[in-house]
Amino acid sequence: MNIVVPVKLVPDLVEELTIDASGAALDTMWLRLIINEFDDHATEQAILLKERSGGQVTIITPNAEGVDDMLFAASARGADRLIKLVGDFENGVNNHALARTLATTIKDLQPDLVLTGVQAHNDLDGSLGPLLAEYLGMPYTGYVSGVIVNGDKAIVRKEFPGGLIAELELKLPAVLGIQAAEQPPRYVAISKVRQAMKTATLEEMDAPGLNPDGGPTIGRMFQPEAAEKAEMISGNADVVADRLIGIFKELGVL
Amino acid sequence: MIERINFWEIPEIWHYFAYVVLPLCGLVMLGRFYGRIRLWWQVGRPERRWDKPLVRLWRLIKFGIVQVKVLSKTYPGLVHVAIAWGFFVFFFGTALATIDADFIKFLRGPIYLIFKLMLDTLTIAALAGIILAAYRRFIQKPSRLTLDRGFTLSLTLVFVIVFTGLLTESLRLAAIAQEPTLQPGWSAALAWWTPAGWVTAQLWLALKLTPAVINSIHLWIWVTHATLVGVLFIALPTTTLVHMFTALMNVFFSKLDRPVGQLAPIAENEKKEPVYVSTLRDLTWKQLLDGDTCTECGRCQEACPAYAAGTSLNPKQLILSIRDALHRDGPTLAKGNGKSLPLVGETIKDGVLWSCTTCGACVRECPVLIEHVDAIVDMRRHLVIEGRVDDILQGALANLGRYGNSFGQSERMRARWTQPIQPKIKDARREPVEYLWFVGDYASYSATLSDVTQKTADVFQKASLDFGILYDGERNAGNDVRRVGEEGLFEMLAEKNMAALDKCTYKTIVTTDPHSYNTLKNEYPANNGHAVLHYSELLDQMITSGKLKFTKKLSYKVTYHDPCYLGRYNGVYDAPRRVIEATGCTLIEMPRCRDKAFCCGAGGGRIWMEEAEVKERPSETRIHEAIKLDGVQAFVVACPKDVTMYRDAVKTTGNEERIVVKDLIELVHEALG
Amino acid sequence: MNQDIFVIIEHLRGQVADISYVMLAAAHELAQNTGGKVEAVLLGQNVQGLAGNLAADQVLSVEHPALADFTSDAYIKAVAGLTVEHQPRAVLFGHTSVGMDVASGLSAHLGLPLVGSVRYFESGGKFVSQICGGKIMAEGELPAPTALITLVPGGYKPEQGQSAQPPQVTQVAAPALDGLRVTLKQYIEPEAGDVDIAKEPLLIAVGRGIQTQDNISLADDLAQALGGVVCASRPVVDQGWLPTSRLVGKSGKAVKPKVYLAIGISGAPEHAEAITGSNVIVAINTDAAAPIFNIAKYGTITDLFDLVPVLTDKVREAKGG
Repeated sequence: MNIVVPVKLVPDLVEELTIDASGAALDTMWLRLIINEFDDHATEQAILLKERSGGQVTIITPNAEGVDDMLFAASARGADRLIKLVGDFENGVNNHALARTLATTIKDLQPDLVLTGVQAHNDLDGSLGPLLAEYLGMPYTGYVSGVIVNGDKAIVRKEFPGGLIAELELKLPAVLGIQAAEQPPRYVAISKVRQAMKTATLEEMDAPGLNPDGGPTIGRMFQPEAAEKAEMISGNADVVADRLIGIFKELGVL
Repeated sequence: MIERINFWEIPEIWHYFAYVVLPLCGLVMLGRFYGRIRLWWQVGRPERRWDKPLVRLWRLIKFGIVQVKVLSKTYPGLVHVAIAWGFFVFFFGTALATIDADFIKFLRGPIYLIFKLMLDTLTIAALAGIILAAYRRFIQKPSRLTLDRGFTLSLTLVFVIVFTGLLTESLRLAAIAQEPTLQPGWSAALAWWTPAGWVTAQLWLALKLTPAVINSIHLWIWVTHATLVGVLFIALPTTTLVHMFTALMNVFFSKLDRPVGQLAPIAENEKKEPVYVSTLRDLTWKQLLDGDTCTECGRCQEACPAYAAGTSLNPKQLILSIRDALHRDGPTLAKGNGKSLPLVGETIKDGVLWSCTTCGACVRECPVLIEHVDAIVDMRRHLVIEGRVDDILQGALANLGRYGNSFGQSERMRARWTQPIQPKIKDARREPVEYLWFVGDYASYSATLSDVTQKTADVFQKASLDFGILYDGERNAGNDVRRVGEEGLFEMLAEKNMAALDKCTYKTIVTTDPHSYNTLKNEYPANNGHAVLHYSELLDQMITSGKLKFTKKLSYKVTYHDPCYLGRYNGVYDAPRRVIEATGCTLIEMPRCRDKAFCCGAGGGRIWMEEAEVKERPSETRIHEAIKLDGVQAFVVACPKDVTMYRDAVKTTGNEERIVVKDLIELVHEALG
Repeated sequence: MNQDIFVIIEHLRGQVADISYVMLAAAHELAQNTGGKVEAVLLGQNVQGLAGNLAADQVLSVEHPALADFTSDAYIKAVAGLTVEHQPRAVLFGHTSVGMDVASGLSAHLGLPLVGSVRYFESGGKFVSQICGGKIMAEGELPAPTALITLVPGGYKPEQGQSAQPPQVTQVAAPALDGLRVTLKQYIEPEAGDVDIAKEPLLIAVGRGIQTQDNISLADDLAQALGGVVCASRPVVDQGWLPTSRLVGKSGKAVKPKVYLAIGISGAPEHAEAITGSNVIVAINTDAAAPIFNIAKYGTITDLFDLVPVLTDKVREAKGG
């Protein structure tokens, strides 16, 4: 089975985010990028499927700072092919543009299954998976937390709000938006990543003509205003606890 | 003049037994022993342990002959030394007797008498030792001992051999007492040079046996004695007594190449590939020897915090698992046609390995210098490379890899605790400092510790210490990362720290964290001759030199907890104690202090792991230990993690009214007024 | 092209999801700017009964056996048919496991622009999206001709999208729904829970900040003292420290207690959206920048390990005294 996993890096929320001078984008100076956690799950799910029933896992990702490390970590985990798309990604691209260019490349790879993260926290124009599915002409299901491949069909578990799970059947090839891999992404020892750096090859492919049509234009970005902030109670545990007791009494739960 | 008579009254036919059969038995013993030890190098990996023979010989004498570690526990220690020295002396005595009989006659007159006295004394000592050992084994039954048949058999065999020896001697004396011509030069006055033999001889004399009967009993007891010695020879390599060889070897081959606080890097095979220990074949011959050496005394078990807490780890059992696996699978593996069965995960479960706090108490206690912690870390390295780590640990390691701290916070937040401090602490990367303060993760990031960290800075400033920190250039030092078994991550962290340190001009590194202290001091390559000090050592120096002057005399009664990586691993016991006393506090020691200190349970990366089901957390056990001391008000620690661990333990044991946990710096800060 | 706002009503097994009402409220705000009507689109089989309290000018009901259960394939085709035919100014979807499957696919399918994670519309008709775990807001003009929107909860209250007056329901013929590539095999029910956290008036919620399974007992003690129930965010349930029945969030339950005490919860959108129905949220989190403080009424950055035990003691005192 041929599995392709498109992965993207997103701003690490551990770092403080700041808006750039234009006022309409994040300041990339201070940005640190990290793998989209759902893509991390998609990668794990792909490797689990490969371990279960054989096949090849290809990771494909647009070029960005730190992307090589991410690819080598995927290789250390068990990915077979690492593809870096090279193009005008410097100022970031929206998912429409990314999906179009990924679709061109992925078509040639002739995958049986494309696994993506169900969403990313900086998606402003919808999630990547369904866009990709349409451009590839494949069926899509998102919020998937379990996959079984059975001949030319995939049986997937899709999560609904409230905990209900639907078991759906998709004709392959298909695109799946992964919410959670069947087991949490495994730990990859640093020495394995370092080993992969020595042995794995990164293939570079051109991603010409990025077309962002279909995404919104952002006029302004801002951090949520203080007005929406909670009333903060400060002091030591004793003081805070007393105030909370007061609040509980006011609200009639005590 | 009195002299030793060889084969006194023993018919010649039996001389052949002694000169032919017994040496044959000895050869059988050597052969069987070789068969056993051959497995070590046929199955185990090579490791160089032959260097510095004189140092090794000294260790052999200290730990193998004088047995200083065995003696650290009085009752079992004396018992063991009595029996062991009995063996040494009988062996030595037999050698002398052989020289006397067949080469140079010298056992005569006073020399002979001293020779007899020596043997006789050790006979009494050995018999007393065996009886006390039996009392301990069958009546006291301490839980750390393995109480199985093998040990009973050995003890019985040894007893009968020594006892028949005594009987032989006494029968000889009885016969001579009746007929002094049998031993030229004999007089009753000389009898007391063999007191045990002579007292026992009175028994035979009281029975009024005829010389012929005595002679015949003497012969048959002698034959029994000699036969049992033969039996002992043949059986020895497969009895518990084999430790008299293996222990000596283990002590001789114990590690010399590095300080106790330094782990070896991951070994490589002939193809230069890293070796992760998952099967018997991955262990070194010395680690297999460790297994064969274990005497099952259980001192490690008794000292182990993980065992006391009720986790699945029992250090004794762990080492015995290696031994048992070796004897189960080793012979097939040695033939080269067996597959290497998984040791880790099957014989030794993952949970066992993860329970270890690497506190080193087992290693410290082991009388035969078994290296438990090194083996555990070797096997953990395999688990890490396989990704078999629990979720919390995985999160911590991922954070350490990404942000350089286990808290998963940005490195820019590392020095946030310095914000209220005036004047601003020097950035050691920008200006030269005398002391470079390596702050460490917990002291930097833990919200509950910022107060202690700020007080440390305040004390340094009040003492006009020229110091600086690395700000966001610091990473976790990696001590516990390494002990978790994530060697690659340790190397990465160390490289980053070294790069940051290389840019700084400083004389000495100081840290409050014993874990950072250990790795910076013992494991960072080429520290360029910079000294590494624990803050307790620096404070001690400043007090002695008068740089730090207290204005207030504190009057607390306190106890002090030795951090494992400061005390056991680096021998810093006195500096913190002197600092405590300089503040005016009265120090009352817990029963387990200094090298016997009981671990808080957080070391070796345990602080990042899921807590297993436990009877009682080690930190709680420790608080109970401190509470029992009369009138102790404060539990003084010298490690940031200890502050966290013990403040929790004081709460969970409900002792908030009775004792407070104080960092050493809090005492100093208070005494500065 | 017209100025109407379409709302794709989200429902599951005979129940309209709260997000649908939130969308209707948002649609009204938007419609005021565009001058169009709010039209609720009800896809399914035998679902007219769900139209009852939808605050819409009209309900377009599309009935088809293939729409009886949700699949992205059938939904995309059905909504595409309606959109092409009516050309509304905007189509609103929930930013949920239902809406997100459809909206992006539709955008590519029809070549229409899409705005994700919209939290509210400004009076001038601009959208404001919430991204980066709630730490950043992005504002822009509503794209033309038809803007596809996925809406996160929090900007409007569900009650604003409810109406006592039943709306007018118009049956619309379904487009041809053949060649479907996704089919439902079965539903797997969530584990039966011990208590229904959706109905509890006082919830003590624990998140990643609780650190270990043992520490859950801190929350248990407090809940017992206060007479509340313990629930959790995803990381805690993923660890197996609490059963799935206690999960609050996107794939767990949405809750609406009188008081929601969030302990060590950062307030990622997946969790935040499920608790906006709470009367009052009180948050304890050492990270002052945690988004939970944007939706909480009261907050404190005091360490939970210091605060919670003290609080529990004081609650016991207050109850005892």
